[in-house]
Amino acid sequence: MSKTGAEIIIDAFEKEKVGAVFGYPGGAVIDIFDLLYDADINFYLVRHEQGAAHAADGYARATGKTGVCLATSGPGATNLVTGLATAYMDSVPMVAICGQVPSSMIGNDAFQEADITGITRPITKHNYLVKNVDELPIVLKEAFYIANSGRPGPVLIDLPKDIQKSSTDVEYPDSVKIRSYAPTYEGHIKQIEKVAKAIKKAKRPVIYAGGGAVISDCHDELLKLVEKTKIPVTTTFLGLGCFPENHPLTLHMLGMHGTQYANYAVMETDLLISIGARFDDRVTGTLDTFAPHAKIIHIDIDPSAISKNVNVHIPVVGDAKNILTKLNKIVEPGDTKEWIETITKWKTEYPLYYKDTMNIIKPQFVIEKIYEVTGGDAIIATEVGQHQMWTAQFFKFEHSRQFLSSGGLGTMGYGFPAAIGAQVAYPDKTVFNIAGDGSIQMNIQELATAVNYKLPVNVAILNNGYLGMVRQWQELFYSGRYAGTCLHRNASCKQDCSTPGSYCPSEIPDFVKVAEAYSAVGMRITKKEDVVPALQEAIKIKRPVMMDFIVAQEENVYPMVPAGASLKQMLSGIS
Amino acid sequence: MKHTLSVLVENKSGVLSRIAGLFSGRGFNIDSLTVGITHDPEISRMTIVVTGDDSVLEQVNKQLNKLIDIIKVQDFPAGSYVGTELVLVKVYASAKNRSEILQIVDIFEGKIRDVSEKSMIIEATGETEKIESLISLLTPYGIKEVARTGKAALCKKTVMK
Repeated sequence: MSKTGAEIIIDAFEKEKVGAVFGYPGGAVIDIFDLLYDADINFYLVRHEQGAAHAADGYARATGKTGVCLATSGPGATNLVTGLATAYMDSVPMVAICGQVPSSMIGNDAFQEADITGITRPITKHNYLVKNVDELPIVLKEAFYIANSGRPGPVLIDLPKDIQKSSTDVEYPDSVKIRSYAPTYEGHIKQIEKVAKAIKKAKRPVIYAGGGAVISDCHDELLKLVEKTKIPVTTTFLGLGCFPENHPLTLHMLGMHGTQYANYAVMETDLLISIGARFDDRVTGTLDTFAPHAKIIHIDIDPSAISKNVNVHIPVVGDAKNILTKLNKIVEPGDTKEWIETITKWKTEYPLYYKDTMNIIKPQFVIEKIYEVTGGDAIIATEVGQHQMWTAQFFKFEHSRQFLSSGGLGTMGYGFPAAIGAQVAYPDKTVFNIAGDGSIQMNIQELATAVNYKLPVNVAILNNGYLGMVRQWQELFYSGRYAGTCLHRNASCKQDCSTPGSYCPSEIPDFVKVAEAYSAVGMRITKKEDVVPALQEAIKIKRPVMMDFIVAQEENVYPMVPAGASLKQMLSGIS
Repeated sequence: MKHTLSVLVENKSGVLSRIAGLFSGRGFNIDSLTVGITHDPEISRMTIVVTGDDSVLEQVNKQLNKLIDIIKVQDFPAGSYVGTELVLVKVYASAKNRSEILQIVDIFEGKIRDVSEKSMIIEATGETEKIESLISLLTPYGIKEVARTGKAALCKKTVMK
């Protein structure tokens, strides 16, 4: 039976069991929208295409399924760009479909034309410009396959308007084979044997698990490996949740804002076992001083991640879950008793720490309370900055896919739409977006989406009146010259002000009023004793809530390894 | 060190820009790049000459392999392949020195493709070093323009696909 291009899209959504489509209409996709009018597809109208991309991303990270977003040509498509780059950096499976001007007009600078395949080439796993409707069914099948296989990533399909209207007899295929694309899933047994041997010999081993461990869903296998071998585990920011953080052998996060004991462990280890992590600069500090005594094992599905930044001694290419399953069958524990004693000592000596106060709310305190009030079971999204790092430090993640945050690209404005996407996937779960007063404004318009679709996302703004992370760097490395980071600042302020005080103008906007304008619930919390009751109420009312926590203004994230320094050179911040 | 990469790619639009973009985006340097269709009309072969140390080449190789439209990447070791490029040189040539130039062209097994009053166009093929010495020998006569294709290469042994 002959189908139009637009019908094939809807067909693909149904066959791929797409649970939600986040999008925004426009002239070049109106034919697809016309079918959405009566199709059995859960469509969510966002208020900005960037929100659509992040919501699809949040949906994908929370579920492991492919997120889908839909936008029109030109500005609709370019508004997806930040969302695609975010998903690409963090290996999130996504399919983005955008309209394009009719084939005959491509290249003519037509109205709302942009070369979106050219623009997104370096920030997608793959992309397509479909020039013939006969190709469309195969392109769609390939796109869903590529997005969520191997190392996942976003795939974009650019679809000219005339292709959406023209018809083909080509059926949507059940499966697809691409001769030039065959990810390796099974780890080489010889390499796995080498890993087992190295583990048996090691005296001071450390597992360093990253986002790949979350993606491959190897939570149980990792736990089994650790129970068997008694190797302590540190996770990267994106790896949070792949190993329960209440486990006695957790070292929590490592790197720039990681724990001191995780970084000490990496500096002293004789065997660093990386599982789905990519030796990012925020993790390693200066490369030449990173893990100086270690033999390095690298388990990764992406061969290009191996030996990219550090030289790897035992690479194992494949899916972490498969590899750990095989490893668990043959691995024998080494003697790590003394090492664990040392680490336990470090953990007591250098715990994660903040100085609590009676009268001012500390941002870390709010995060601890969110953890307690939700029983640690909520889905937590964040924006980017200090609040993001405090969340990583003070929320004790226990499950994979519980934490949604832009790690690689560091996209402010990610968290709120991502939380919306996660809430769509799990309507009954408690979802929090922990935000800064800066970040939340980057996609605050999605309050309309949350309210209209009755998605009870809880937004906890840790309001310190600053773009806090940059302010922290300015305080520590730029002599306290707070250029462009004060959110209270207005035209009446003197140019060189660097001290907040009672004379400061009030911050714009008033978040409580903004929430109310969108028919969401707004709360302002200024006293410590009100934090817990506010959180409890927010969870109870099952509506989108925006909580404005007025917190300590110049609190810093510690410990901290300055950019480009060695992990040894940590600033502890304890005075 | 210079490496000669032979890359089989799907003959689809946009592949060249993916590869060019990969090199510029990751800071790899291309010395030359040639591309043309193979005996299979769905596949093109690119020959890319790259300068870099072993770790750079390892990344170039892996990153190329990561592109969906790339079927196969080979790094030809020196001596294992036949490589050749084509050059067209337009050189000043008057009646006085024309025969001198012809002698040089003869040594290099080149051809005269066009002769005019004041200049001629020479065609030559061969390994990069040969092309370069031809150009340097012609330089004293005054080169007006040069067009080079970059190296095309094939492995000497039959490579199993």
